[in-house]
Amino acid sequence: MSATAPTASLGNPQSTKPAPSTAQATPDHLYLVVVGHVDHGKSTLIGRLLFDTNSVPDGKKERIESACKAEGMEFEYAFLMDALLEEQAQNITMDTTRVPFRTPRRQFTIIDAPGHKEFLKNMITGAASADAAILLVDAHEGLREQTRRHGYLLSLLGLKQVVVAVNKMDLVDYDEKIFARIRAELTEFLGKLHVTAAHFVPIAAKHGEGLLTVSPRTPWYRGPALLEALEQFRATPPIAGAPLRLTVQDIYRFDARRIVAGLVEAGSVSVGDPIEFHPGGKRSRVKTIESWPTSDFRGPVGAGLPVAITLEDELFVERGQVGAPPQAVPVEARDFTARVFWLHAEPLRVGDTLPLRLGTQQADARLVAVSRVLDAVTLDASQAPASEVKRHEVAELRLRVRRPIAFDAGGKIPALGRFVLMRGRRIAGGGVIDSAVREDAGRDDTLPVTPASRTTLLGHRGAVIWLTGLSGAGKSTLSTALEQRLFRAGILPAIVDGDVLRAGLCKGLGFSDTDRKENIRRAAEAALLLADAGAVVITALISPFRADRQLVAELCRVRGVPFAEVFVNAPLAECERRDVKQLYARARAGEIPKFTGIDSPYEAPLAPALELRTDLEPVEQSLEKLFALAAGLARETGTPFADSGADI
Amino acid sequence: MSHLDELESHSIYLLREAYHAFGKVGMLWSMGKDSNVLLWLAKKAFAGHIPVPVIHVDTTYEFPEMLEFRAWAQKHYGLELIVHINEAARARGIGYETTDPVTVTHELKSVALQQVLGIHQFDALITGIRRDEDSTRAKERYFSPRNAEFEWDYKDQPPEFWNHFTTEVGPGEHVRVQPLLDWTEIDIWRYCDREKIPLPGMYFARHGRRFRSLGCMPITKDVPSTATTIDEIIEELKVTRTSERAGRAQDHHERNAMQKLRAKGFM
Repeated sequence: MSATAPTASLGNPQSTKPAPSTAQATPDHLYLVVVGHVDHGKSTLIGRLLFDTNSVPDGKKERIESACKAEGMEFEYAFLMDALLEEQAQNITMDTTRVPFRTPRRQFTIIDAPGHKEFLKNMITGAASADAAILLVDAHEGLREQTRRHGYLLSLLGLKQVVVAVNKMDLVDYDEKIFARIRAELTEFLGKLHVTAAHFVPIAAKHGEGLLTVSPRTPWYRGPALLEALEQFRATPPIAGAPLRLTVQDIYRFDARRIVAGLVEAGSVSVGDPIEFHPGGKRSRVKTIESWPTSDFRGPVGAGLPVAITLEDELFVERGQVGAPPQAVPVEARDFTARVFWLHAEPLRVGDTLPLRLGTQQADARLVAVSRVLDAVTLDASQAPASEVKRHEVAELRLRVRRPIAFDAGGKIPALGRFVLMRGRRIAGGGVIDSAVREDAGRDDTLPVTPASRTTLLGHRGAVIWLTGLSGAGKSTLSTALEQRLFRAGILPAIVDGDVLRAGLCKGLGFSDTDRKENIRRAAEAALLLADAGAVVITALISPFRADRQLVAELCRVRGVPFAEVFVNAPLAECERRDVKQLYARARAGEIPKFTGIDSPYEAPLAPALELRTDLEPVEQSLEKLFALAAGLARETGTPFADSGADI
Repeated sequence: MSHLDELESHSIYLLREAYHAFGKVGMLWSMGKDSNVLLWLAKKAFAGHIPVPVIHVDTTYEFPEMLEFRAWAQKHYGLELIVHINEAARARGIGYETTDPVTVTHELKSVALQQVLGIHQFDALITGIRRDEDSTRAKERYFSPRNAEFEWDYKDQPPEFWNHFTTEVGPGEHVRVQPLLDWTEIDIWRYCDREKIPLPGMYFARHGRRFRSLGCMPITKDVPSTATTIDEIIEELKVTRTSERAGRAQDHHERNAMQKLRAKGFM
C-alpha cells in the first residue's frame, strides 16, 4: 500500500451529463402518511403498494412466505413493513417506518404510522413531516375512535391533502351503499375540521384491488385508483410571499468572525439586507453569506435552506433569536392561546411549568388556564372548566412563558407558530399558537406579590453583579454598557454606583477602614432592595477588602438573591496611566489620603465568578462575557418557583 | 428546491443541532459512501470546518484500498481522526477465521465503539445510517438515545417532530444522531455526483464486478456490475431488486440478526 494520495482508488469519475438533470430526475418527492384505526389494514396496504410497484427486494417475499407457512398462516403483506420481532409476533406495527417507492410518474416515501392507541406519539412523529395523508377506514367496521382522532390530528398538524381509502371492500361484497354511508359520515366529520378529502377510494388492499387501477368489482365507482389519487398531490411548497424568518441555531467562532448559522424558514436573505433579531430587536445588515465549497455567494438564500451569515455590526445575537426584515418582524409576547395535543402519561395541569421549544427558542411556559378540552372523537367540548389535559387529549389553552418569545400566530408561517412542551427529557406534547394575549400579567393571580410572581411578571429574577477593581479599571464603563445590554435583552437593570452613593446615601462617610466597611454594607443593602424588586443590579465600587465583599455575598445568600463577584482587573500602572478623573495624580501628590493602590491595599478576589482583564481585551469582549454571566443568573431556572411542577 | 436540496438542508440542520446540544460529539466514519457524504455535509454545515473528531472503528479486516483512502481523506479534509481497534477481543482470538460473523461484528464493531465512547466520553455520536438500508433502521429516530448498556429501546422511542429532538442525556448515556436517515441509496449517489464528492474506487466496476456496500473483507461480497460511473450506478440501481446490504454476511447469518445486533449497540 502506498502512502501517497491514492488517486487510482479515488472514485467518482466526472459525470458526463450536466448537473441540472439530477434535479429533474427527482421532482416533487412526496412524503405520505397512512393513518387510521388499528387493524383497518395500514401495514397490509403499504406492503401491497410496495409489492405492486416492484419496490420489494428479491427474496423478501419468499422469506415471508415461508415464515407464514411455518406459522400456519396466510401470506401477510404487512410483514414487508413490520421489521421487529415483536411486531411480527403480535401482528402490530410498533413504530414509525419510512419506505420509499416509486411509480413511473413520481417518487414517494411512505411514513407508516401505527394505529395502536398507546403509540400515538409515533403517528404524530410520522404525520408531522408528511405532505399528504391516506386515511384508511375498514368498510366492514366503519368509522372508529382512531379514525376520528387521527383525522383531528391531521387538521391540527396542518395536513390538508387527504385521500380516504375505504378498505376491505371484499368483506362487504363491494357494496356501494356501505361505501356511500362511510363517505357521508366522514365527510361531515372532516368538514368540521376544515379538512376536505380529495377522494374517497374503495379498495381491498389484501387483494391489490383499487390500488393501481380501479377494481372491476366496484363498477359503480367513478374516481381514480388510490395511486392515481396520490399522484395528484403536491409536495408542500414553501409559503410564498412571506417575510424572512431566519431561526438562529448557533454562533460559530472558528476564526475571528462571528458566524450566525441557522435555517431560512420563510422568505429569503441576501448580502446587504437589513436584518433585525427577535426577541430583542437588535438590528444590523448582512455582511457576508458563508458558503462552502464555493465562496462569495451573495444570495438570495431561499426558504427551507440552511444559511450562515456574518453581520456588519458586532451584535450579541444568540441561538433562539429569529432574524427578520425590520418592516415585518414576528410578534414578541409572553402570553398566548394555543391548541395543544398531549402525549405524556402524566397529565398537563394548570399551574405546571414546562420547557417550551419553538424553533430554536426555549423558555419555561406555565399553563395558565385550559379553556376547553376537546373530545377528538366526537369533537364535543367539555362543559366543566378543565384543570388538566390528559394523555391523547386535545385542548385549547393559555400559556405564559417566562420571557418573551418571537412567533407568528395563526398559521401564517407554520414553523414559527408551533411548539412542543417537554416533560423531563421527552417531548410531552405539541401545539399551535392561535394568538398572542395582551400582556396583563398578574391579573389571574389573587395571591400576594411574591418573588415568584415578580419573576413571572418580569420574565427573570433579580440578581447582584458586584464589580470590584481599582479606580480606573473600567467598572463604571462596563456597568453602563451592561445596563444598556440587559435592557435591550428585556432584562430590568439597575446600577448602584460608588460615587452616587457617596454623594447621597453614604454622605458623611470617610475613607477609614470602618467607614469603607459601612459604605459597602449600605451599597449591598441598596442593591438587595433593588434585586428584591426584580432588577439585575450592577454595583460599581472599588470595594478593596476581601472580608467586606464576603459579607455582601453572605447577605445575598441569606436573602436568596443570586450573587456574582466580578473582578475588573487592570494593573495599577495601566489604571494610573488612564487616570480619567486625575485621582491617581492627586493621590501621588498627597492630596487624597488612603487611596487604593497608592497608600491603601487592594485585595484581589480569590475566586471571582468572572475576571475581566480590561487592559488585554477590548471592552466589547469583556461586555460579552459580563452579559452572558448576568443574563444567565437572571434567567436560570434552578430557583424553586411557587407554581412550578415537580418535574423540572 | 430540489429533493436533494431538501435532504441536504435537513441533514445540515440536524448536524448543527447536534453540535449545539451536546458537549462532546464524535462522528463515525467508515470511509464508505454514506460517511463521506456525512463529512461533506459537515463541511457545509460548519462553514468549511469539521469541528468534531471523526472516529473509525477499525476491525483489522479492512480492505487495504479503504485504508489508503482513509489516509488520503484524513489529509485532504484535515480530519481529527480517532482510529480504534478492540485489541482485547483480537487478543482473545475473536476473528472471522474462528467465530461466527454476528459475534465478530458485535465484538469488533459494537464493543469497540463502546470502548471509544468510554475513552473519549462522547455524549453524542453522528452516524451515517439510512432508513432504506434495513427494516430496523427504517424505524429509527434522527436523535436516538442509547442507555449506558448501549441498548436501543425500540419499543419506547421518544416522539420527534417539528425539528425537535431528544437533546439531553443521562450519565453514561449517549445519543445517536443520524442525519442521513431520510436519504436513499440513489439519493446518496445523485448527491455524490452533484457535489463531486471523493469516494473509494471500489464502488466502481472493475473486471465486471463492483462493491455496492463496503464492510469487513471476509464477509463483504462484490456484485456483478459494469457500472464505472455514477450515472451507470444509478441506472443499475433503478432496475435492481437486490437489497443493498445483500453482500454483507453478518446481516443474514440468522433470522433478525440485524435487530439483535442493533438492539445491542450496532449502528
